Amino acid sequence: MATEEYSEGGSVFQFHPLDQFIVKPLFGDGPVSWYTPTNVTLWMAIALLAIVAVFVLGSRGRAIIPTRLQSVGELLYGFIYKMVEDVTGKDGVKYFPYIMSLFLFILFSNYLALIPMSYSPTSMIAVTVILGFGVFIAITILGFVKNGPAFLGLFWMSDAPAFLRPIIAIIEIISYFVRPVSLSIRLAGNIAAGHVVLKVFATFAAAALISPAAILGIIAIYGLEILVCGIQAYVFTILTCVYLKDALHPAH
Amino acid sequence: MEGDLAHIGAGIAAIGSGLAALGVGNVAGNYLAGALRNPSAAAGQTATLFIGLAFAEALGIFAFLVSLLLMFAV
Repeated sequence: MATEEYSEGGSVFQFHPLDQFIVKPLFGDGPVSWYTPTNVTLWMAIALLAIVAVFVLGSRGRAIIPTRLQSVGELLYGFIYKMVEDVTGKDGVKYFPYIMSLFLFILFSNYLALIPMSYSPTSMIAVTVILGFGVFIAITILGFVKNGPAFLGLFWMSDAPAFLRPIIAIIEIISYFVRPVSLSIRLAGNIAAGHVVLKVFATFAAAALISPAAILGIIAIYGLEILVCGIQAYVFTILTCVYLKDALHPAH
Repeated sequence: MEGDLAHIGAGIAAIGSGLAALGVGNVAGNYLAGALRNPSAAAGQTATLFIGLAFAEALGIFAFLVSLLLMFAV
């Protein structure tokens, strides 16, 4: 790690923009095992509790004229339901609960991470890889169960010229296996990059000369991050829907 | 001196983020050009727009990842 020697070289800035992603145990300084409560598990639990709070408390009244919390829940539900129905068709609606859970978990952990001093579980590649590979494995199994060997027709473009078909098949297979990697790295990379940029601007704010510009920069980047958090949750969900459509209707 | 070369490599990898910006701008600009010609078809294509943006952006994120790996993992 070369960072320590560089930061002590007489510079005013102490750059540690990646320290915010260190996984720490909540109690004591012991080693981190799979069962240790850490800041990651804490913020995942907070995200789950927030989801439960919005949906259980919000829908408890079942008012004809919805309260504010109820309309937030109804809007989210309706938005994802319509997306699943539009992209995958009527027979994809069965898998709506899984897609809704993915969307809510990603959305809430993205937005809760914008609270200062918090931790974003979705900025950890370990978390997003589990989400991405979960989608990939589920959809591959589903495709073979629903279509049998005909699922392999996804890779065989029957309307392409005959001599191009093997080449296209190889490209399609590669792009199929890159899907979970790009799903997970896109989410983790976007969230982590946003937090690093915020931290770098926060470091610039320590210098008196440029601190007004740096604080304005933080405000602007924060606004951008609010947008990015929503868009990344949306993109993950809609790509899951697109892959689900491929699994249900593999014929080109 | 090995660390210095890794930092230079990280800086070169960061060029990829700028190139991804070209891709994202291309997708959004073409969408806008199409949407202004036929505004009634624009609303139905926002999902496609976001998918295209996500694919273009993912490759820039890969470049960012390479530079992070060079700085902290190599």
